[in-house]
Amino acid sequence: MSLEQEILQQVASASDEAALEALRVATLGKKGSISEQMKSLGAMGPEERKTAGAALNVLKDKVTEAIAARKAVLQEAQLELRLASEKIDVTLPARAEPRGTVHPVSQVWEEVVQIFGDLGFAVAEGPHIEDDFHNFTALNIPPEHPARQEHDTFYFSEKPDGSRMVLRTHTSPVQIRTMLTQKPPIRIIAPGRTFRNDSDMTHTPMFNQIEGLVIDETTHMGHLKWILAEFCKSFFEVDDVKMRFRASHFPFTEPSMEVDINCSWEGGQVKIGQGSSWLEILGSGMVHPNVIKAGGLDPDKYQGYAFGMGLDRIAMLKYGIPDLRAFFEADLRWLRHYGFKALNVPTLPGGLS
Amino acid sequence: MKFTLSWLKDYLDTSATLEQIVDGLVGVGLEVEQVEDKTKLLAPFKVAYVIEAVKHPNADKLRLCKVETDTGIYQVVCGAPNARSGMKGIMALPGAFIPGTGIALEKGVIRGQESQGMLCSERELLISQEHDGIIDLAGDWPIGTSAVKALRLDDPMIYVKVTANRPDALGIYGIARDLAAKGLGKLKPLNAKPVAGTFDSPIKVSLDFEDTKPCPLFVGRYFKGVKNRPSPEWLQRRLKAIGLRPISTLVDITNYITFAYGRPLHVFDADKVKGNIRARMARDGEEVAALDGKTYKLTAEMTVIADDKSAEGVAGIIGGEHSGCAETTTNVFLEAAYFDPLRTAATGRKLGIISDARYRFERGVDPAFTQTGAEIATQMILELCGGAASHLVIAGKAPLKPRTYTLRATRVKTLAGLDLPLAEQRRILLDLGFGVKETPAGLECAPPSWRPDVHDETDLVEEVCRIHGLDNIPFVAMERSHPIATPVLSPLQKRMLASRRSLAARGFNEAVTWSFIPESHAKLFGGGQAELKLANAISSELTDMRPSLLPNLIAAAGRNMKRGFADLSICEVGHVYAGDRPQDETLRAAGVRRGNVVTRNWLGSTRVVDAFDAKADALAVLEAAGAATASLQVVAGAPAWYHPGRSGTIQMGPQNKLAHFGEIHPRVLAAMDVKGPLVAFEVVLNAIPVPKAKNATRAALNASDLLPVSRDFAFVIDDGVEADKLIKAAKGADKGLISDAVVFDVFKLEGAKKSYAIEVTLQPRDKTLTDEEIEAVSQKIIAAVQKATGAVLRS
Repeated sequence: MSLEQEILQQVASASDEAALEALRVATLGKKGSISEQMKSLGAMGPEERKTAGAALNVLKDKVTEAIAARKAVLQEAQLELRLASEKIDVTLPARAEPRGTVHPVSQVWEEVVQIFGDLGFAVAEGPHIEDDFHNFTALNIPPEHPARQEHDTFYFSEKPDGSRMVLRTHTSPVQIRTMLTQKPPIRIIAPGRTFRNDSDMTHTPMFNQIEGLVIDETTHMGHLKWILAEFCKSFFEVDDVKMRFRASHFPFTEPSMEVDINCSWEGGQVKIGQGSSWLEILGSGMVHPNVIKAGGLDPDKYQGYAFGMGLDRIAMLKYGIPDLRAFFEADLRWLRHYGFKALNVPTLPGGLS
Repeated sequence: MKFTLSWLKDYLDTSATLEQIVDGLVGVGLEVEQVEDKTKLLAPFKVAYVIEAVKHPNADKLRLCKVETDTGIYQVVCGAPNARSGMKGIMALPGAFIPGTGIALEKGVIRGQESQGMLCSERELLISQEHDGIIDLAGDWPIGTSAVKALRLDDPMIYVKVTANRPDALGIYGIARDLAAKGLGKLKPLNAKPVAGTFDSPIKVSLDFEDTKPCPLFVGRYFKGVKNRPSPEWLQRRLKAIGLRPISTLVDITNYITFAYGRPLHVFDADKVKGNIRARMARDGEEVAALDGKTYKLTAEMTVIADDKSAEGVAGIIGGEHSGCAETTTNVFLEAAYFDPLRTAATGRKLGIISDARYRFERGVDPAFTQTGAEIATQMILELCGGAASHLVIAGKAPLKPRTYTLRATRVKTLAGLDLPLAEQRRILLDLGFGVKETPAGLECAPPSWRPDVHDETDLVEEVCRIHGLDNIPFVAMERSHPIATPVLSPLQKRMLASRRSLAARGFNEAVTWSFIPESHAKLFGGGQAELKLANAISSELTDMRPSLLPNLIAAAGRNMKRGFADLSICEVGHVYAGDRPQDETLRAAGVRRGNVVTRNWLGSTRVVDAFDAKADALAVLEAAGAATASLQVVAGAPAWYHPGRSGTIQMGPQNKLAHFGEIHPRVLAAMDVKGPLVAFEVVLNAIPVPKAKNATRAALNASDLLPVSRDFAFVIDDGVEADKLIKAAKGADKGLISDAVVFDVFKLEGAKKSYAIEVTLQPRDKTLTDEEIEAVSQKIIAAVQKATGAVLRS
């Protein structure tokens, strides 16, 4: 067997990197077998040295290459072994992270603001503890008006001057506050908490309403019907919804109308825009001249519309939430089931639900 | 307001179907709550003749009947004790849905005998609760007649919700008028011919007021020799159909006219009246024994109807028991008066009496109809009770307020968006009873006496629109305020949204809780002021406006723990109340945490929440809400509901506290019966200053390419020294070079000392630092910290 064959065989049979390194030293090291032969070249004649030298260089390259190749193979095998030993059970649960939720009323607040914000409606607010003027008188409900009795108002104690504050029974006082502080054209919505002394299967003493108000010189009922229809389609995310506009009566609007939309109740779930049942969803009308006057504006010059609906109610209808009372009970089971993910921000381009 | 279709048709000449009438009512603003039409429900049931009823061969209590129907003769097994040969009843054949049982009838075999149908009880047809026997039909109805017809149930009942502004629609005649204007028929003229009296009434009437506003008109009439029997079947049927109990002919007549024309009346037994009748103010403390069997104590601002001796009724609300009519009544005095709506409402409210009369008077009955009502009643009394009528006795006059408003020719178009020819507008108003005169400006309209609700031009627009139909107003798109929407939210609204979503992202479940809380909770959290207490709370649990979001969240945590949730984090973003002025309401974001940070898991990577979680939450909210958190101070101590040693306040100086956080005081938890420990925070979103208007451009990035160097220092300091002070001193040692300093290790030492280890990062700017330079800075840091805190480097 030639030296070459012998070395290459040894390389191939080296079982680990240490053996390979020992072999490298034994062949290519200072005192290695190949190095030793290199040293013997000096004693040779020029011709012989040339031939032997070239052969030795070829051998050296071959051995170097073979050692490197073997090393790579051994390393690869080593890595394979390690990887096999490092296997984990990927079906174990991921690292626990708390999962938060946003309340449906908050979510719907944002949905409604997306829709009306696009049409230039600002979001106006007012205090929950209101005075009689803003909650009633300015809204064309004078002290002796029978509608006052129908409001189930929460009162605070009488003050020395005989007046008493109330918890606002609707978001309509924001109409007055807005008119008193802004010049037309006015376009606002006013979502927020409202309060009535009433509690049963479908009423809670606190609930959320949303008010809309437009005041300028030309807006009429055709515009009101249009915005309500567009809102319903956009909010409920349906191509079409049938609407029924019924004459009604509210002290603060004239003409007044209530609006029904069509729905079906198949399988106990309400579906908006399908079926032939009617569902009342809001009250609306043209702002009463007395209200415009109370807002410090000239009713001969300005006109506009107002509407109001239940924010909780439209949340219930859209998301199939059965019980209003559960909205305010902070039951974690409910919050987690009906709540929305933190990053699920409704937008018009991305969709509202 | 209830009525039946046939009753409506007494006043409305129409060929409209029930469906068209219902749609018409809804359209004109008379919301239909319910239509009770038995015609469809009872369609399968027909009159049948029992040829014979014999004992069932195998059962003592059952009968075997041979029943003839319009389709043949059937054998029926019947358990009713009143089944007998020769009777007529109501028969159902197999397949018929039985309303009373809710199931379809099937053929059956009972004790060996086939039963091919069923003879029905009233309960089975949902007519009444009667189930002791089968219907034993009176009258000579041919076999096969529909049950609704034979049982006189073929008159659908309609229940409409009348809005408070429409007293005219509290009479069926007024409803008929609306429908006629809507085009659903023709309103029949009133049949109210005055009846000539034949003698002078022995009872006179008077208005004993200084100012007759409480009762400006009183019309009376005396009847003698009447017979007050039960009223005829047709009258009873109509009253029953709308839920009224027939009493006697005289009383039924007054109820009939109340519903037919919205005109309440009263009848006195004239023989029980002492002297004359007058309307007057009640005397304080005066009592009336009313027809409902109760005695009411009156006050001086109430109006009564009285004879010479005593009050005999509360005006417009309820009659007196003493002078009421009974079957023995033979002489009657009829009262038709007009009472002031506001006073009637106030009296009714105070006395807590709900009556059909009050309901109408307080909304405003037609003052011009007072005498008409008396005449219609006269006709009915004479016709149904016989006797003779006196001349009318009248005191005062109808309080008519003639008024006119101009409906501009363009106003329906400009306000309602409805382009309706003026002639049609005029037609509608005329049909509704308005006096209409065309002028160059438009239509000059005089509202009829039955429409107290019409006060201006917009009311006229409303009348035209509601009759024409709001559904017929075309949709008109609104112009956009801007071609592309511009921002509409206020800084506070943006804070609300950002803090809510950042809390949800941190694992909080957002709740929405009551704005009012129990007094005991309010007091625990600094509330309970008198001006924030509801005068008429709905329950003892909801009495005081909340001074903080925390009590509800803590209570919610407690409730959820009782349901088995050990680890929880609940937040709310909402308003709290420090007083009753608008500026006392603040918007806050708050949260509570309890238990483990995350639920127990196989990685073992969890721990119990502590005050620093709450601190992180508060800072995260502040950050999300746009506060410059780097410049905020955190100081020890928070309001009394926090653990005094484990709570802090985040502020922009002592005058502007933005948030507090920490463990909730164990005493507060004990008082609320919630198991702790529990950590919480509350951020006052209003308190964050609005940042100066900024432009979108950011300052240029000033990043060094040189590698930062870090050095650790462990200091021993007194227990009382706060980390903040140490960090500040370290950072201040060389502001140009030191980019950060953080505490990475804390532990307690003997003798009221502790060790705080900090890592200081040095960021070279121009050139790499030499060992000497680093050493020099280190010495500066040690010296600065020592000077500020008395700390020594740990050896």
